[in-house]
Amino acid sequence: MQDEPRPGELTKAVAEFLRNDIAPLVSGHNAFKLRVAVNALDLVTRQLTLEQGGDAAESARLAALLGRQGSLLELNRILSEGIASGEVDLQTPGLSDHLWQTTMDKLAVDQPNYAAYRRELGNIG
Amino acid sequence: MIEAELTRCVASWCPGATGVTLPAKLSGGASQETWTFDIVHPDGNIGAILRRAPKGYGAAPSRAAGLDNEAFLMRLAFEAGVPSPRVLHVLRPEDDLGTGFIMQRVEGETIARKILRDEQFAEARPLLARQLGAIAAGIHRLPRDKLPVLREMNSTKEIAEIEREYRSFGWPRPVFELALRWLRDHDPGPSDEVTLVHGDFRHGNFIIGADGVRAVLDWELAHTGDPMEDLGWVCVNSWRFGEIDKPVGGFGSREDLFAGYEAAGRKVDPARVMFWEVIGTLRWGVMCCGMMQRFRLGPDHSMERAMIGRRASETEIDLLRIIAPRRR
Repeated sequence: MQDEPRPGELTKAVAEFLRNDIAPLVSGHNAFKLRVAVNALDLVTRQLTLEQGGDAAESARLAALLGRQGSLLELNRILSEGIASGEVDLQTPGLSDHLWQTTMDKLAVDQPNYAAYRRELGNIG
Repeated sequence: MIEAELTRCVASWCPGATGVTLPAKLSGGASQETWTFDIVHPDGNIGAILRRAPKGYGAAPSRAAGLDNEAFLMRLAFEAGVPSPRVLHVLRPEDDLGTGFIMQRVEGETIARKILRDEQFAEARPLLARQLGAIAAGIHRLPRDKLPVLREMNSTKEIAEIEREYRSFGWPRPVFELALRWLRDHDPGPSDEVTLVHGDFRHGNFIIGADGVRAVLDWELAHTGDPMEDLGWVCVNSWRFGEIDKPVGGFGSREDLFAGYEAAGRKVDPARVMFWEVIGTLRWGVMCCGMMQRFRLGPDHSMERAMIGRRASETEIDLLRIIAPRRR
């Protein structure tokens, strides 16, 4: 067992340091690159927090949709082949909900400020 | 140093020029570079841009029209009254600068976030969609018999190219599969009319001033095909930068874009435009995945590229919003 602090706590602390203490000292193209770097650390922090729960739920949905077990990568390959062949489509019960939930979970990590994501988040329920 | 070659080159076609100011590189990959500099002239300096492939990088990627064709098309567009930088010189072997061309620099802004937020563009913003409609019409009206040999595309070929590239990544994406399926099922096929298509008609390639659109840049992806492609690409949500209710670049409506196009004497097919918007959304998503690939395989191992890879999911939600909207 690795000791604490957890990886997400470390990336968060590093991002805060760069944002608060270093960003004001940097200008021009390096300031742009620093913003990208901080965004990358924030993304990693979100993934470390959200990935496990999201993956487990995706895995359970895929197993129900496809009627079989497997790794996430395997199940996504099988689903992709099913959609490509037309065996699975938007009439298939659960497919649309699954794709929506999976995509929302990806955006929550990748780009939670994306306007289309925020709009759809407001439309839940 | 490029300064010496440029000084020699400029003196050969610009009478009275005494030299150039220190050129600054604006952008550059391995195969193509853009430099800005001033031609020093007793009557006043002339702002200029060099776009070139350095020596040894002649071969363009398969989709690219080639720098000579770009220069040719810019001249054609300029002469037809399409807002376009004036091409000053096409590089020759004796210039020793590689292949490419030198054009007059048009002052203005290309960065979308500034165009959408800065006060100095507030009066221009409501005008842009209509202006772009008229400009697209001007491009599509350029006489085909004057065009150089360009790649001919249609929706069916484009879908197949996107699919081939997506499959080459070997990474399953059910939403992209659904979009590919939807595109194949709804493909209207080749258009009746085939025209010049700019191919990258979007933010970043428009120089905007307080008075509106001053120039269209970057003919790298020009080809012949369905003119509705340009109108669909400019509406892709990825170029709205958060202003998702203004489909044209985050500043205007489709109605204004179409009105500008039709006022210039050309006909819009809104269903085809929408189809190309879906193609464009998927195309940008696949391009994001390509960035990830290039980040991983090198030589451009930059974190910017890596982070663009993580933007593919943005196009997944955009695709779902169009082809599988949720019931409310």
